Amino acid sequence: MFRTLSRVSELPIIVKQLQKHNNNRRIYNNNIGNGRYSSSFFGLFQNAAQAGASKSNNYATEATISVNRPFKLHRLDEGPATEVKLTKDEALKYYTQMQTIRRLETAAGNLYKEKIIRGFCHLYSGQEACAVGMKAAMRDVDNIISAYRVHGWTYLMGVSPSGVLAELTGVQGGCARGKGGSMHMYAPNFYGGNGIVGAQVPLGAGVGLACKYKGNGGMCLALYGDGAANQGQVFEAYNMAYLWKLPVIFVCENNNYGMGTSSERASCNTDYYTRGDALPGIWVDGMDVLAVRSATEFAINYVNTHGPLVLETNTYRYSGHSMSDPGTSYRTREEIQEVRQKRDPITSFKELCIELGLITTDEVKAIDLKVRKEVDEATAFAKSDSELGVSHLWTDVYSNNLEPKLRGIIAYDIDHIQERKGVNH
Amino acid sequence: MLRSRLIQAASSAQRAFSTSQKALAAKQMTVRDALNSALDDELARDDRVFILGEEVAQYDGAYKISRGLWKKYGDKRVIDTPITEMGFAGIAVGAAMAGLRPVCEFMTWNFSMQAIDHIINSAAKTFYMSAGAVNVPIVFRGPNGAASGVAAQHSQCFAAWYAHCPGLKVISPYDSEDARGLLKAAIRDPDPVVFLENELVYGTAFPVADNVADKDFVVPIGKAKIMRPGKDITLVAHSKAVETSLLAAAELAKKGIEAEVINLRSIRPLDTATIFASVRKTHHLVTVENGWPQHGVGAEICARIMEDQTFFELDAPVWRCAGVDVPMPYAKTLEAHALPRVQDVVDATLKVLGGKVGKAVAAAK
Repeated sequence: MFRTLSRVSELPIIVKQLQKHNNNRRIYNNNIGNGRYSSSFFGLFQNAAQAGASKSNNYATEATISVNRPFKLHRLDEGPATEVKLTKDEALKYYTQMQTIRRLETAAGNLYKEKIIRGFCHLYSGQEACAVGMKAAMRDVDNIISAYRVHGWTYLMGVSPSGVLAELTGVQGGCARGKGGSMHMYAPNFYGGNGIVGAQVPLGAGVGLACKYKGNGGMCLALYGDGAANQGQVFEAYNMAYLWKLPVIFVCENNNYGMGTSSERASCNTDYYTRGDALPGIWVDGMDVLAVRSATEFAINYVNTHGPLVLETNTYRYSGHSMSDPGTSYRTREEIQEVRQKRDPITSFKELCIELGLITTDEVKAIDLKVRKEVDEATAFAKSDSELGVSHLWTDVYSNNLEPKLRGIIAYDIDHIQERKGVNH
Repeated sequence: MLRSRLIQAASSAQRAFSTSQKALAAKQMTVRDALNSALDDELARDDRVFILGEEVAQYDGAYKISRGLWKKYGDKRVIDTPITEMGFAGIAVGAAMAGLRPVCEFMTWNFSMQAIDHIINSAAKTFYMSAGAVNVPIVFRGPNGAASGVAAQHSQCFAAWYAHCPGLKVISPYDSEDARGLLKAAIRDPDPVVFLENELVYGTAFPVADNVADKDFVVPIGKAKIMRPGKDITLVAHSKAVETSLLAAAELAKKGIEAEVINLRSIRPLDTATIFASVRKTHHLVTVENGWPQHGVGAEICARIMEDQTFFELDAPVWRCAGVDVPMPYAKTLEAHALPRVQDVVDATLKVLGGKVGKAVAAAK
């Protein structure tokens, strides 16, 4: 049941033609699973995608696909595989994961607008293929640390949607019991969630050092954005990781904007995959989950034998930097719409899978329903669960508390409560 | 850059000011050897323990604290870093999060300013932020406080800075017993510990009891030590200021005033129980530190007393002896005047005791 296709993830001519046919651009992105796909668009996509196909088959269990946008390499003779296999199970899994993240973030955005989520809330919508592609390549021994756009990662690393949304609403069912919030979520092999731009990069190198030290064959993905890419400590981490051949993949998720400053206005060199100097680098289309997976698989193998490299995932965020940023003062609505239409990671993957016969439209509908239900239930839970009792204010400040009393507002009248000791006690 | 200059720190052993007659007969140990042997013990005891920092391995340590350890334990356990504080502090914290027990050396604590984000935001807060999921067992250590002839950027006490932050434990040892016992305790502790040494006493030999050399000798974190008992006034100090206080107590003794000298050992937790008990006995208190006065360790002790019943035990205001509120000058005379000297402590004591001095002297006769 093998089929070979050339991927078409960028379809400028097609989309331009399409725009003439249909003024309602939105139908190509957010209305997933509602059966309203334009037959003209789909037809065009199908024609292009079938260029290398032998025949149509709706019951394929595995397909071989060419990564359409070529990898760019820095100081590497060989790069990731451009021909990748995709099984039906994988297709279902990646689609479900990406769709769950999209739904989670939509729910988070709504909860924020309802003023139920406080403070920070940075959404990952548009970037789903990066996390899902990387997670698909990760093994049990591998680790990840990221900055603060991590709701999706937290879910991928094993926290339920309700654990994520409940953390955002600050209730005790949250994965950090409501004590961390949007930026500080943790799970096994997931070291957060870091609110200090760039600080997670040397921390990730340290996790990589621990992998090498323990000799467990694991590695660490240290993620940062194009904004953090200019922090000095990122280069400090590159340097030591390379000197010591640490198993670390420095992943620059380039969504083109560090807060409201475009990468061109912040970086003298926007080819982030080359900024490790001596470190090899790979550029990958971050809107293509299979390309990200392929690049990560290559990188995992590479860093465990040769030491670190830099992986730039070229991606895009649909929302503003945070909820206080409408995201339109430094870019145009047209730009956002164009990406949503031409490069949306979920839509393009779904259409590819349907075209390949790996997933049926009925299966898509079923997944969408299931995801919607799960996230709706998680939202309801996040809204209804209660916050921790006040005594948790002074719970687990130390893993081994030695303070006779902690100070309250007006006196040293608090006894530290020890509920947990931490994984490294 | 003063790093090379710092490396020339005194290597010859000096004789410490002795704290008691009995101690003179005891075994001697320099602070350097105390720290070195503590590291050696803990590297041998726990495979997860490793040292990283500038010059710690091949060079044997800028101040020779890690002398011989690289040869003994190799590249894996004793790691030379480039001059890149923020980066290697971050790497050390990351390694601790992932299950190792790093001892991260700052060549001096002055350079930790480049890395303070990782000490505060990455190390101190993670256990709480993760609701008790991820503790960070790491020791940051190195020489702290005023050194000799190195001017403003290399002469500063960071005790108050780090003690301000919940989630950290902050230790400031004075002598060899403190250095060895507290460093071993710090490495075994599951929380992040800031360990503030003093370059000026690295080469000083202090008398130590026989058990100090034991493999399992540890000094509990959070407990102060009474270095010299007395009934007339309490002098509370940490690090090298303990020596100043002991010398002052000896001077005061000549006037018939018996000062009780408390070596804090830990800045956070602060052992107020020992301070309060002493004040209930002496009814007078002077704090002595080489750091700046504003929001300093002495200021905190004043506040603690004010907020406690112990306040009513005081017969006079608490007074602070602290470093002069200026950046440290280079010139020798100016430098000497920037830090509390023995006479300053004596003067402060006499001021606090006021009219009681005559009574105390009379009582002594």
